[in-house]
Amino acid sequence: MAKITMTVNGRQVSGQCDDRTLLVHFIRENLGLTGTHVGCDTSQCGACVVHMDGMSVKSCSTLAAQAAGSEITTIEGLAANGELHPVQAAFKANHGLQCGFCTPGMVMTAVDMIRRHGGQLDEATVRAELEGNICRCTGYHNIVKAILAAAVEMGGARVAAE
Amino acid sequence: MYETHYHRASSIQDAVKLKQAAEEGKYLAGGMTLIPTMKQRLAAPTDLVDLRHVAEMRGIKVTGKTVRIGAATTHSEVASSAELAAVCPAICGLASHIGDPHVRHMGTIGGSIANNDPAADYPSAMLALDATIVTDRREIAAGDFFTGLFETALEDGELVTAITFEAPAKAAYQKFANPASRYAMAGVFVARRDNGDVRVAVTGAGSNGVFRHRDMEAALSSNWSPDALASVTVDASDLLSDIHADATYRANLVKVMAKRAVAAA
Ligand SMILES: Cc1cc2nc3c(=O)[nH]c(=O)nc-3n(C[C@H](O)[C@H](O)[C@H](O)COP(=O)(O)OP(=O)(O)OC[C@H]3O[C@@H](n4cnc5c(N)ncnc54)[C@H](O)[C@@H]3O)c2cc1C
Ligand code: FES
Ligand code: FES
Repeated sequence: MAKITMTVNGRQVSGQCDDRTLLVHFIRENLGLTGTHVGCDTSQCGACVVHMDGMSVKSCSTLAAQAAGSEITTIEGLAANGELHPVQAAFKANHGLQCGFCTPGMVMTAVDMIRRHGGQLDEATVRAELEGNICRCTGYHNIVKAILAAAVEMGGARVAAE
Repeated sequence: MYETHYHRASSIQDAVKLKQAAEEGKYLAGGMTLIPTMKQRLAAPTDLVDLRHVAEMRGIKVTGKTVRIGAATTHSEVASSAELAAVCPAICGLASHIGDPHVRHMGTIGGSIANNDPAADYPSAMLALDATIVTDRREIAAGDFFTGLFETALEDGELVTAITFEAPAKAAYQKFANPASRYAMAGVFVARRDNGDVRVAVTGAGSNGVFRHRDMEAALSSNWSPDALASVTVDASDLLSDIHADATYRANLVKVMAKRAVAAA
């Protein structure tokens, strides 16, 4: 057992857990943030994606201890002041989900993808970037549409702000 | 996962000491191989020594044509390094096709070569670039480093700290990725030096792990073109057969990937 401290969605949190505790279990069980999902046992599905120090990682394949001292953002940390994040809004507008199980990981992946590629995203890039995220419902088309729409929206917002 | 003890190393010396003190410890780099393996209970280290915070093991340095990549440098850092792309874009391209973005944010070059998975991408680059593997105690030529399936020349507790190589005149890597896992079913890295020396290294296909294909090297040394490979045979008897591809299919893939790599270089 160790005491672990990290910043989650802008708030400093601490919890006791085993050294072997996975970050996803720390987030779900110690912190009660159940938006982050576990969809597989093989590190392949991406339902568990969160951001660690600004980069997407699979929280099912990272120890909570590795994340100690880091800044973590989960799906719960995206919306601000009761307003959906542009990527969340785009998933809603484009029907980018059906059962919704993969959605938190998809949205966190999309935010990271847009951060890295900005307005340069095209369909082929989005599909290649979704390599680590599996959806068994949508057939991906509307997820890709949602991400492209959000990239335009966020790119536009950035231009407007400058 | 079985119980374990986590330690965070602050320097190379600290990492080696922590590992020495552990009963059955393991270094933990990106964890992208080790943690899934521990989750499956196929590995049960008593202690983990985290290398992610060892600053002297991170980063890319290019001096003229000499490249040094810290062992704890992530795949995404290699993929997106402009400095590295200027002298050896082939290794950036290779890194950009490892797994998926999340794996690339954590996984490291040192972890990949220390693990020496027969389907991993980096070992082929190390062999074709004639890289040197730098450890806490010595330097090992890539040709002596990869000794078999998941086997390397590393001694107990030996830590890979960096890899170095001289950028070649031309190089490229092409892989036929397993459609599900994205690991190489056959991957070929070709490199040509200013003096005309050619190296061709094959991963994903050999039943004993990564290997050099000397006949292809000879053919390409006299004629650097995809056509030069037409008459070279790839012996299927030394290749892997599994549910994804049998040895004869892999033999053909090796040749096709080699031709594509030469065309792309
Ligand atoms: C979904 C998925 C897809 C993947 N796809 C690919 C792919 O397409 N191609 C590919 O090549 N790989 C792939 N990988 C593997 C990935 O590249 C790993 O990052 C890599 O193999 C191991 O690097 P790591 O830093 O994560 O090492 P870890 O998992 O932390 O460690 C691996 C092993 O190396 C040892 N080790 C680590 N660092 C050192 C060091 N500096 N010195 C000595 N020993 C060390 C550890 O003790 C451990 O035994 C994939 C992984 C996943 C989860
Ligand atoms: S739960 Fe993390 S990749 Fe599937
Ligand atoms: S919406 Fe059901 S798994 Fe993606």
